[in-house]
Amino acid sequence: MFPNLNNLSVYDTTGVDERIARFCSRSIKASSKIEGLKLALSMIDLTTLEGKDTKGKVQQLCYKAMHPHKLLKNIPTVAAVCVYPSYVGVAKKALDGSSIKVASVATAFPSGQTSLEVKINDTKFAVDQGADEIDMVISRGEFLMGNYQFVFDEIATIKEACGKAHLKVILETGELETLDNVRKASEIAIYAGADFIKTSTGKIKPAATMPVTYVMLDAIKDYYLKTGKMIGMKPAGGISTAKIALQYLVMLNEVLGEKWMNNSCFRIGASSVLNDILMQLVKAETGMYQSPNYFSKD
Amino acid sequence: MNRLDIHKTYKLYIGGKFPRTESGRYYVVNNKKGNLIANMCLASRKDFRNAVVIARKAQTSWESVSALNKGQILYRIAEILEGRKEQFVTELITEGETKKNAQKEVEIAIDRLVYYAGWSDKYQQFFSTVNPVSSSHFNFSNLEPVGVVSIIAPENQSLLGLVSVIAPAIVGGNTVIVLASENKPLTAISFAEVLNSSDVPGGVVNILTGNKNELTSHMASHMDVNAIVYCGKDEKIIKEISELASNNVKRTIFYKKSDWENELCESPYFIEKNQEVKTTWHPTKI
Amino acid sequence: MQKKENNTVFKASWTYDEAPESIDHIQLNEIYNLYIDGEFVKPAKGVYFDTFNPANNEKIASIAEASDEDVDLAVKAARKAFTSWSKLPGKVRGKYIYRIARLIQERSREFAVIESLDGGKPIRESRDIDIPLVANHFFYYAGWADKLEYAFPNRTAKPLGVVGQIIPWNFPLLMAAWKLAPALATGNTVVLKPAETTSLTALKLAEIIHESGLPKGVVNIVTGAGKTGATIVNHPDVNKIAFTGSTGVGKYIQKATAATNKRLTLELGGKGANIIFEDAAIDQAVEGIINAIFFNQGHVCCAGSRLFIQESVADLVIQKLKNRMETLIVGNPLDKNTDIGAINSKKQLQKIEKYIEIGINEGGDIYQSKCKLPKNGNWCAPTLFLNVSQSHRIVQEEIFGPVLAVQTFRTIEEVIEKANNTPYGLSAGVWTEKGSKIFHLTQKLKAGVIWGNTFNKFDAASPFGGYKESGFGREGGLHGLKPYVKFD
Repeated sequence: MFPNLNNLSVYDTTGVDERIARFCSRSIKASSKIEGLKLALSMIDLTTLEGKDTKGKVQQLCYKAMHPHKLLKNIPTVAAVCVYPSYVGVAKKALDGSSIKVASVATAFPSGQTSLEVKINDTKFAVDQGADEIDMVISRGEFLMGNYQFVFDEIATIKEACGKAHLKVILETGELETLDNVRKASEIAIYAGADFIKTSTGKIKPAATMPVTYVMLDAIKDYYLKTGKMIGMKPAGGISTAKIALQYLVMLNEVLGEKWMNNSCFRIGASSVLNDILMQLVKAETGMYQSPNYFSKD
Repeated sequence: MNRLDIHKTYKLYIGGKFPRTESGRYYVVNNKKGNLIANMCLASRKDFRNAVVIARKAQTSWESVSALNKGQILYRIAEILEGRKEQFVTELITEGETKKNAQKEVEIAIDRLVYYAGWSDKYQQFFSTVNPVSSSHFNFSNLEPVGVVSIIAPENQSLLGLVSVIAPAIVGGNTVIVLASENKPLTAISFAEVLNSSDVPGGVVNILTGNKNELTSHMASHMDVNAIVYCGKDEKIIKEISELASNNVKRTIFYKKSDWENELCESPYFIEKNQEVKTTWHPTKI
Repeated sequence: MQKKENNTVFKASWTYDEAPESIDHIQLNEIYNLYIDGEFVKPAKGVYFDTFNPANNEKIASIAEASDEDVDLAVKAARKAFTSWSKLPGKVRGKYIYRIARLIQERSREFAVIESLDGGKPIRESRDIDIPLVANHFFYYAGWADKLEYAFPNRTAKPLGVVGQIIPWNFPLLMAAWKLAPALATGNTVVLKPAETTSLTALKLAEIIHESGLPKGVVNIVTGAGKTGATIVNHPDVNKIAFTGSTGVGKYIQKATAATNKRLTLELGGKGANIIFEDAAIDQAVEGIINAIFFNQGHVCCAGSRLFIQESVADLVIQKLKNRMETLIVGNPLDKNTDIGAINSKKQLQKIEKYIEIGINEGGDIYQSKCKLPKNGNWCAPTLFLNVSQSHRIVQEEIFGPVLAVQTFRTIEEVIEKANNTPYGLSAGVWTEKGSKIFHLTQKLKAGVIWGNTFNKFDAASPFGGYKESGFGREGGLHGLKPYVKFD
């Protein structure tokens, strides 16, 4: 059902920035810090999306996903590995036996500039290869021109092509310019069938930021109040340190709360943050600041 | 046995770094006795061109630094210069100044920086207006920096004159490319070291040493420079600058004064000269 | 769909551990004396009073009580210092004030900790807002000291002489900065009395004044309560009184200085209207409401303590407000995660509780957040009173605590009338995304400070002060110089 885009919430950027500043000045220490770090770790979609990806690269990444650090006991694994459709099969095989999901980008990621037919086929291929989750991109050009029905229909069509796979809809907030546009795009994506709304492809700057994430969480909140249905959220790109990841969790905690604080409802699209989180966990255990040399890079 | 000291190399100051001139050329500065003080970089038009690109890039972010922060940065420049007072006094003496005059010049330069630091968050209140127009509109006029400014610094009172033209330009949010005094260029480059240590972002102030006759036409004709300041009395130069500036309607500012110690040489009007006035309207009826 | 009122549907699950600010680096004495004529001196009558940490009601230090004799000494010292201080070139005065600003920055964390310890405000507020603003004020006015000929067209500004300044307990060091900076920049000398529950940061400031080399007698700090303040007000050799505090005391001071030659500025109470229109950015407006009345425990003269919501969005705003209130952490002021600290004193807490009782008896619907309050100390949960009207006492009278009175309105003319319908006139807030509406409201609201799509914003360059019974005179900006000068 197409959403009512009139009377949609509008946002004042200065005010949003002030709220974000309050989230960022929270001081997370001791056991609540460890709790937060482990939670963040469990929410990571470990990602490789490069033109130069190969079978070997993906296999090594999957091994890292299953074995993040040999010395830390009782840590969760990441939520998923995120790759291009051509490597879904490889990832599926490499992750066999673990609970880690395989997410695939699709619909001519990252630009989305091609025919609907190609996008459908791209999606179907990934699903056939075994993808548990599909991360699609919206048509930003159409959105910015005001063709909201087009954007809505496209998402609904891809949702159908996903079959059992979960659909994450990437808004590419860095191209949407304003917070009000982010809200509008979120609304369209949610009503068109998104299971998750996601900030960015990570291929342009800015990728995820706290203000756009905040607006997307607000959209999810209002949808829940209207329908009782929970939609997930994934910021991607730019979350490079454990500190930043914790700030996002503070925001999630204080905006959506307990129901969303798990990896069925919140994911972090990142790669280098994994090692930073591991370093912080070891530091918490030993009291010593760590060196990257002791944490495997894959 | 006396310790052999290490002589300083004087380079240019562009983009927060100290490069040599891309032309590799130099000119000699001698003391009164005719002995070498230093080989200065003889900056080329390409150095100037590069500096303009860098100054333009730095201008938008410098402009958006808050007035309070700009004031604190200028105060910091004063702090650092105060700490290096002796170095500057010595350099001025080397260039031929008397000890008494050198000391006075450096002290006034420091105080002038503090003076302009104090204007950073006030000149806007002083020069802006809310205008009582007859229609139902809220109408206000405020100042905005012109942008990138070329400055030909005073030939004499080389430190004080330099500070007196740089401070009001940058406190107003402009970025500058300055051609130092040709015959007394030492303190200009040493001052660049002070700027570099004072939280002034790279590219906000760029300092070149070289030949006035060679560089003036480029500084006056560059199409991406918004204003030019010339300190001096040479009518030929003034005419040349005025004519070349007309190519992009550059704002021209001429200071013919030669006694920069005078109190009249510091005022908010020095800031205002490098500013544009913007007037904005907004309806007030619902 | 049936909207069940459930303020815990978005309950936060992750609780943050204690994040205590370290306090082992601060220097605090057990006894503080008066700062007169450049040195700390014992009070003439040898009387001291205690200052307490409102978070646990434990004593922090003993503070000297200035008697009439001490006040007289202070005024004499200020008078003596005035002769040379007023004749110093503005540049030199400015340089002293710059030094003070820099020294405050160097010791900023210590000041923030002591402010929170003594007054009860969260360390995050004192660290991120109060202390930076303090330095900001000294920086700003230092710059005016040698530029006064530009401040008043066609007039030569001269200092008044000895000024007596009496400041409150809600922003102790910041109020000291608001008073001292313009007075010194314009060439006056000062006798300052901090509030008796929050004297410590003013006394630490005396240490900085000492370190800056400021000539002795230029600033004198005499601690004490109402009696000390009255002595200053009535002292015949004081040329001007600047007072920030309650309207009641302000009126007393205005009467006491009537028919004297004393100049006077007053910054008094308020009952600010915070107005939310249906076309506001609602989420930010809710944050603005929180900011307006709950931060600093509502101990803010310009607090937005009367909320007006356009009826069409009232339910939505109130629901969001209640949800947001549940995420506010009331606790130890020195915990970095605390949003709302301790009420400044037992006396103030009793006053707030009295008003809450009045509100309930008057028939207002009370809502308080479900936060856990600590055991010892003075605490009050964020409180709303819904379905109240202009006739309720809790809507008319200043409570000075985290208590918000909520009304609805229908038209613009109605809300303007109601917002102005008060003897106060300090502040107001307007929330709408329509520009012309903002200008229309700001032109019609009778208040000295009007915030459009924001609230409780302060800057050294921005003049602050009230209309009507909220006082007269402005602090901050170019306008803040005027109260401290006279013209030939």
